[in-house]
Amino acid sequence: MPIDIRATAFEPYHEVQAYQKKMQAAGQYGATAVFVGTMRDFNEGDDVQGMELEHYPGMTENYLTSIGQEASKRWSIIDSLIIHRVGELRPDDPIVLVAVWSAHRKDAFEASRYLMEELKSKAPFWKKEFLADGHRWVEQNTPGR
Amino acid sequence: MVIQVRFFASLRERLELSDCSLAFEESITVEQVWSKVTNKEPLPANLLCAVNMEYVSLQQAVKAGDEVAFFPPVTGG
Repeated sequence: MPIDIRATAFEPYHEVQAYQKKMQAAGQYGATAVFVGTMRDFNEGDDVQGMELEHYPGMTENYLTSIGQEASKRWSIIDSLIIHRVGELRPDDPIVLVAVWSAHRKDAFEASRYLMEELKSKAPFWKKEFLADGHRWVEQNTPGR
Repeated sequence: MVIQVRFFASLRERLELSDCSLAFEESITVEQVWSKVTNKEPLPANLLCAVNMEYVSLQQAVKAGDEVAFFPPVTGG
């Protein structure tokens, strides 16, 4: 159940495919739920030109590991993968990937939803947006439920 | 006793402080750490805090060697 904090751009669908090959679980999983969060070029009515993502090294990895373990207790999942960007991003850059493999779709859907909502509400990342006339910190995430 | 204190994101920029050490004699809480290192700056409404990289309440007591962190609501994902 790898957790990967990246300072450089990544291609989420390539990562899912590459990780799935390494898992050596062919035949065991019947469901793969994939969530990809991508940087928008607008927020709160303004054009956003770029973004900087800050995190708390160590606490971020600990927190994401703990929610991965919790998801494994609550649902019957075979494996999961979380990749999250930090550093400088441009619109259309992938920010986050959450992928969950399970035998049946219910576990994959519910566990991936749980991981994303926990990540959004508690993992220590912060977004700073760059606008035409300066920058601003995003104050809070929008509710996902 | 000495602890390390860290600030992140908008809070770090506003306070112009990313980290510092704090020495103290008697047992203190996270809230008292905030008060001492910020020179009694009012507590932000949505302040989050962690001790040794785990979320805690402001009433949590700190001990020698702890790393205390203060930060605003998180906005990842």
